[in-house]
Amino acid sequence: MNPRPARTSRSPEGGLPEGEALRRDIAARHRVGKVWLLLFQASTLVGIIALTALLYNVLNQSFGLVAVQNQVEPEMLTIEGVPLQDLTKEQLIAILEDHVSKGVMRRLESEIPFASRSRENVYSLVQERVVSPEIVRSWLFVDSIFRRAEILAEAAEEYPNAKIQFRAWVNWDFIRNSQSSTPALAGVRTALLGSLWMIAITILIAFPLGLGAAIYLEEYASDNLLNRIIQTNISNLAGVPSIIYGMLGLAIFVRALEPLTSGALFAASDPTAANGRTILSAALTLALLVLPLIIINAQEAIRAVPRSLRQASYALGATKWQTTWHHVLPSALPGVLTGTILAMSRAIGETAPLVVVGASTFIALDPNGPFSKFTALPIQIYQWTARPQDQFRNIAGATIIVLLVLLLSLNASAVLLRNRYSRRM
Amino acid sequence: MNSLSVFADTRRPAPTGAILGVHCDNRCTVEARDLNVYYGNFRAVKGINLEVQRQRITALIGPSGCGKSTLLRSFNRMNDLIPGSRMEGLVLFGGYNIYDPDVDPVEVRRRIGMVFQKPNPFPKTIYENVAWGARINGFRGDMDSLVEQSLRQAALWDEVKDKLQQSALALSGGQQQRLCIARAIAIKPEIILMDEPASALDPIATLKIEDLMHELVEKYTIIIVTHNMQQAARVSDHTAFLMMDSDRAGYLVEHGPTRDLFTNPKDKRTEDYITGRFG
Repeated sequence: MNPRPARTSRSPEGGLPEGEALRRDIAARHRVGKVWLLLFQASTLVGIIALTALLYNVLNQSFGLVAVQNQVEPEMLTIEGVPLQDLTKEQLIAILEDHVSKGVMRRLESEIPFASRSRENVYSLVQERVVSPEIVRSWLFVDSIFRRAEILAEAAEEYPNAKIQFRAWVNWDFIRNSQSSTPALAGVRTALLGSLWMIAITILIAFPLGLGAAIYLEEYASDNLLNRIIQTNISNLAGVPSIIYGMLGLAIFVRALEPLTSGALFAASDPTAANGRTILSAALTLALLVLPLIIINAQEAIRAVPRSLRQASYALGATKWQTTWHHVLPSALPGVLTGTILAMSRAIGETAPLVVVGASTFIALDPNGPFSKFTALPIQIYQWTARPQDQFRNIAGATIIVLLVLLLSLNASAVLLRNRYSRRM
Repeated sequence: MNSLSVFADTRRPAPTGAILGVHCDNRCTVEARDLNVYYGNFRAVKGINLEVQRQRITALIGPSGCGKSTLLRSFNRMNDLIPGSRMEGLVLFGGYNIYDPDVDPVEVRRRIGMVFQKPNPFPKTIYENVAWGARINGFRGDMDSLVEQSLRQAALWDEVKDKLQQSALALSGGQQQRLCIARAIAIKPEIILMDEPASALDPIATLKIEDLMHELVEKYTIIIVTHNMQQAARVSDHTAFLMMDSDRAGYLVEHGPTRDLFTNPKDKRTEDYITGRFG
């Protein structure tokens, strides 16, 4: 590319090019424009490739063939030629008694007496305790499609008793199940609920605080040294690494404010939590983390409200607050909501501060309030990708899909909300 | 803040008896005395002495940057909204200084309305545009009839009566400007300030605004800033001519009845300006 192609074609005495020289000059200018266009297209392409690679990886992990091996084959459990699924309740109980220890039988009896269990319940007990299918090997999605024959041959050799079937790791059971040390039975229910609780409390705290601060800074604060220092600090806080916020949260919310965050003050503390490592602590930490983002975005939105609108309001004898409440805020709201959406997306994907604040890695009980112990989707992903077994990577991939879907649906609802407000004229 | 208590303050007797408040009854005029307005260190207007006649249209004319709009905005304290602005001298409204520390600018703007250069209706319905000002100022009564009356006075009623609940932003520029006038008169001000109200409009819309001003002046005192000398000659009863000094501060050259000023200017600079020799 020649940035100044026209120079040589200019007439020696200077002035603007004419005739042939003008034509060449214009062509050269268009060429420069084309080069830049190509550069921009290339950068967009790089972004698209990166996104595609991410999605490819995630999907590759989340679907694929698995080899399922049963502890006891159902065919071995047929009685007089009647297959397992058609046996009566009494026959199923007999099978259970044959295959599990007396202690386990006693425990099952004391949970719900066998006499009052339904046949389906006993059947699923037999499936779980006796047949006990186990995934011994899983393959990636792409391999499952293109190397199916090889996989089948390999499986037949290595796991002669195993059944090969296609499995979507992200499925209804995966969302509904609690955590488990067996990847095939593990689910993200607790993590999903934890994330939802956390994001709800975070927004509830950060949105009003952030908007309030933005209104003060834009509409009320005078342009003095103190306010300028505050402004600069808020901008800088938006760039502080999130782990620092995690440490701040640990010091303030988990330790110093433990009576509050553990719920002891309200006599509502969860006996299993027994300290400040609760959903509330995590949400407060995330609220601190996204507060600068919300403030800055809300300020931008408020600043973008035309001055003529404010003047029109003042000229009618409106006070500052009436002007702000009736005109500035409604006009700024779509922008404020956009900023909040961004902040929410950031908060829901944060991992580092949650680790520091003390996310539990394994909880089987649903979080039932702000004072519960918690885990969150990114924490689960982090945990499961760190495990050596292959199948944990499969469920990590599935968790990523759940997280992305959650993120997209939260964003979509926020965008709908925003558009509704901007349509109100 | 209770407005009456402020203005009925006996320790501070007003120069001409009752002031600002309800006693005014459209008899108030506004007057600048030795007015200087500064933006930071820059003096925008200096030494203005001007009394505005009641129920007349007064035009402020002069070349660009001579401080016409600054002078106009100082009449209802809109300059207060500009950071770094301050003023010296007096602006008397019904004889009472509106820049007195006791005076709330909110009340000043309630009494002295303003229409801006670019139509700036609120992004709300037409009805709400007119009703809002009255509502926030504590209007009690039949809002529907107030809206209708204001729109009728602004010669807009027939055009919008079937679409009161539609967005004001869907109106044409001229209609929007008349809506802004309706909005201003809905709060029953004593004086209406107009800052080049027709400069963003086409000639027909401009004519409508000018006709409207002739009707409004039956009830209101109007001060208009205009770049257009024909407009000043057409609509105004009095004209004040401002010019910029070498330090870029605006000052008042001459003022008087429009007919006299245009046909028989006392000052050479006025004559040069209105005959188009500069500006």
